[in-house]
Amino acid sequence: MGELRLMKGNEALAEAAIRAGIDAYFGYPITPQSEVLEYLTREGYNRTQTVILQAESEIASINMVYGAAGAGARVMTSSSSPGISLMMEGISYIAGAELPCLLVNVNRGGPGLGTIQPSQGDYFQSTKGGGHGDYRMIVLAPSTVQEMADFVLEGFEIAEKYRNPTLILADGALGQMMEKVELREQLDRKAREIPGWATTGKTKDRDHNIITSLFIQPEEMEQVNIRLQKKYKEIEQNETRVQTIQVEDADIVLVAYGLSARISRKAMEICREKGMKVGLIRPITLWPYPSAAVAEAAEHAKGFLAVELNAGQMVEDVRLAVNGKCPVEHYGRMGGIIMSPEEIVEKIEDLAKRVNQ
Amino acid sequence: MEENTMIEVDIAHDEMDIVCERPDTLLDARMHYCPGCGHGVAHRVIMEVVAEMGIQDQTIGVAPVGCSVFAYHYMNIDMQEAAHGRACAVATGIKRVRPDKFVFTYQGDGDLAAIGTGETVHAINRGENMLIVFINNAIYGMTGGQMAPTTLIGQKSTTSPYGREVGFNGHPLKITDMIAPLPGAFYVTRTAVNTPANVRKTKKAIQKAFEYQKLNRGTCFVEVVSNCPTNWGMPPQKSNEWLSENMLPMYPLGDLKTPSKEELENA
Repeated sequence: MGELRLMKGNEALAEAAIRAGIDAYFGYPITPQSEVLEYLTREGYNRTQTVILQAESEIASINMVYGAAGAGARVMTSSSSPGISLMMEGISYIAGAELPCLLVNVNRGGPGLGTIQPSQGDYFQSTKGGGHGDYRMIVLAPSTVQEMADFVLEGFEIAEKYRNPTLILADGALGQMMEKVELREQLDRKAREIPGWATTGKTKDRDHNIITSLFIQPEEMEQVNIRLQKKYKEIEQNETRVQTIQVEDADIVLVAYGLSARISRKAMEICREKGMKVGLIRPITLWPYPSAAVAEAAEHAKGFLAVELNAGQMVEDVRLAVNGKCPVEHYGRMGGIIMSPEEIVEKIEDLAKRVNQ
Repeated sequence: MEENTMIEVDIAHDEMDIVCERPDTLLDARMHYCPGCGHGVAHRVIMEVVAEMGIQDQTIGVAPVGCSVFAYHYMNIDMQEAAHGRACAVATGIKRVRPDKFVFTYQGDGDLAAIGTGETVHAINRGENMLIVFINNAIYGMTGGQMAPTTLIGQKSTTSPYGREVGFNGHPLKITDMIAPLPGAFYVTRTAVNTPANVRKTKKAIQKAFEYQKLNRGTCFVEVVSNCPTNWGMPPQKSNEWLSENMLPMYPLGDLKTPSKEELENA
């Protein structure tokens, strides 16, 4: 049993980063995730001599991450929606240059400057690109403070295994809420080996190492793309994570991640008490998307309801996986408003009525 | 497709004395730069310094976006290719996690003084212990001759076809003068590569800057005033003369900031 603490999601994530032995963190303040930068600045250097630097912008942060990752460091940044938008060019470069790193988006309501309240409006941006070009980013969606902590090391390990950026997509509520969290032991960051591809100074025994995403000959660029797509396929096969709750006998299947999965679970329980067969699929990785779990449920379910804090984004992936076998509907609140379990129950009852006719 | 028509000439090396060799910090590659371009000279000067100081295995360079985007095809050192304007942020990331290495950026005027102004100013203001090499040829070369922040008043480019007009395009940005007073800047100088004497001075400045990096006292910044025969629309020799007559009055050569004796002694 690790150390138990009562912590805010943002602080649990920051604490987990120190314990995961990060070499560097570069960030810029933005609500609702500034506690990550504050906590790390307070604790990071003192405890593990890790580099914690407040950059002049999110654009600078992500490019500092690029540089440090290219030099073989375990490095991360965090921000919230508008700040993540600013990072998109850098994220595309990181994916193109195949650098491992961890990014955190504590999603707030948009578009534009929007609101500081929780939202899941960045699903498209996180899973469908966001930046330019054919790239993919592994997206982990925590739904508890415990997962805010656990996904840090897990995120780094996947990133390093595939030389690809991993994003933790949380939201303002998960960042700010306090829950009990069990923390893992401190990893020794100096014990980690520096990868051979990193720019650390060209020694006589090897060619010079280059970190780049530029392949100006189209034939070469296509080959790079083919290799990347092969890697993404491999990630899809190996790293898809999903939680299914009472889906086996469900007529109505809720699909929800992060904060809305918690609320959906409560709605599911209310429905079960009423004798309705309702289940929940909670994607933990948003990319790769757990399409197989959804498709499997579609073999027996009569209807799907995607519950999201947005206007209907993930529902498109649910529809793709269900592939027309039964109705797929969406229920969402936007702009920082969180739905209640009762609102979801109402939608479930309405859907159930229609599909049972 | 046309075959490579370059004629290979056999030279009897044995009968000749070697007076000048390619340092092993430069790769044996044919550069893509236009004839007479200053980039090749600047590359060579930096790589000679790295070779002479014996720090090839401790040096990490950052290439920009612009004509010198492929600097790593020629420089035989570990390098990273940064997004446009972000070389100073990338170099910050490298230097912070590898503080015992020599880190430098190589950037053009568009990269450093337009899109990357923020990263440049803040990296220097933090006193990042690295070298910034700023190649100023007053034009965007790679994209085909558009106006740069350093384009001279009246100078024609594809986006100032009637000459740069102050009322419309603003003034040439003297970014080197702008950053020199920042406390994080340790050594700031302006050189050129238009004459053999200036090339030698450039090399000395680069050498000093690498030596100063050992002291861990702040950012070194070397502006190299260079040419762009192709986009200036003149032969190489003429471009070097044009540089002397037009660029240097606006961008005068010499030190803008040098460490004091005390600073060097206390280092």
